[in-house]
Amino acid sequence: MLMEHKEYYLTIADTLLILGQRLSEWCGHGPAIEEDIALSNVALDYIGQATSLYKEIALKENLGKSEDDYAFLRDAWEYRNALIVEISNGDYAKTIARQFVFSTWYYHFLEALEKSNDTFLQGFAQKSIKEVRYHFQHSRDWILRMGGGTEESHNRLQNALNELWEFTGELMTNSVHEMEAIAKGVGVDNVALKDTFDRIVSAIFQEANVSAPADVWMQKGGKEGKHSEHLGFILAEMQFLQRAYPNSKW
Amino acid sequence: MVEVEADLIWEYLKMVEDPEIPILNVIEMGIVRDLTWDEDKKKWHVIITPTYSGCPAMKAIEEDIIEVLAELQVKNVVVDTVLSPPWTTDWMTDEAREKLRSTGIAPPEKGSADKGLLMGKVKDIACPRCASTNTIMVSQFGTTACKALYKCGDCLEPFDYFKCI
Repeated sequence: MLMEHKEYYLTIADTLLILGQRLSEWCGHGPAIEEDIALSNVALDYIGQATSLYKEIALKENLGKSEDDYAFLRDAWEYRNALIVEISNGDYAKTIARQFVFSTWYYHFLEALEKSNDTFLQGFAQKSIKEVRYHFQHSRDWILRMGGGTEESHNRLQNALNELWEFTGELMTNSVHEMEAIAKGVGVDNVALKDTFDRIVSAIFQEANVSAPADVWMQKGGKEGKHSEHLGFILAEMQFLQRAYPNSKW
Repeated sequence: MVEVEADLIWEYLKMVEDPEIPILNVIEMGIVRDLTWDEDKKKWHVIITPTYSGCPAMKAIEEDIIEVLAELQVKNVVVDTVLSPPWTTDWMTDEAREKLRSTGIAPPEKGSADKGLLMGKVKDIACPRCASTNTIMVSQFGTTACKALYKCGDCLEPFDYFKCI
């Protein structure tokens, strides 16, 4: 059965799954055990949220698929995630900088999604926003600590922001699929979130004595299936087992 | 007949423990939201809701519900997951809170997560061992998705705090 707004669901789900997969790379490698646990917990939340969206797609498509089919049996060009979640983790400063930027956008995205006229997405947003509050707080605390810490931590954070910034713009754009969902009252207008995003991010950066680089050309295309080289490597690792041994079960 | 069986099943469900916090059952946790009978398909639907989206215990809880009920001869059971209304620590009973405290886990404050969290406000949490509120948060993320790690400044013991959502 053709599912309305499937691509919209995938945009949210894929963004969460890929970021969850990226964060899970820190499992066993965190700078301190508390951070190891924190990032693994955040990764689990994202993957759990993605799973509930994939399950809903499976239910509405009614093609006998499971959530695993969407995660493991689609190639890079079918993925609808924003580019920012697929780029490599870098050092801890870069991972945290991404978490901060992402959580700030995602929190306000969910706040708006609670008003969607799609009842599943409404429930999804009400559930997820409670978890994302903790993610936001965790990353915000680290931005302040690293920014106001040693020269080394401050410089690493600033370098991370310089490297990351070109990928932040896409979060506040609407793809074709998102525009269709917005027109139906289902989706969130990401462009309208930009002012709030800028206000919160610049206030925290000021407190942390770092800054977002100005006049950066913003990359985009991920949400329309045009990805960086990084995504292929993530999928190769994530999907290996199902590709090599089709239908194997845990 | 169906009503009588429903009452029994609610009782049976109290035997299903939360795998991460076995001192609490799934009813006390507020995970089981509803129980319905599908006359056409002759099946019981146990409606559950996850605590955290990423809680790895949910799959185990689903399986445990089916297993425990099967052992008690209720075999036509389906477990459905719903997200709305979202689970909140406010659904935990007072007895459940007391049980948590008695095992060394500080129970969640009433009045689930507020916006103060976004502004960096931290609540005063009482140590489950010595009741001192001279405690500090070590990490917002603890041994499971639903807990934060704290330390008591008086008795110096580390402890888990069941955080509000």
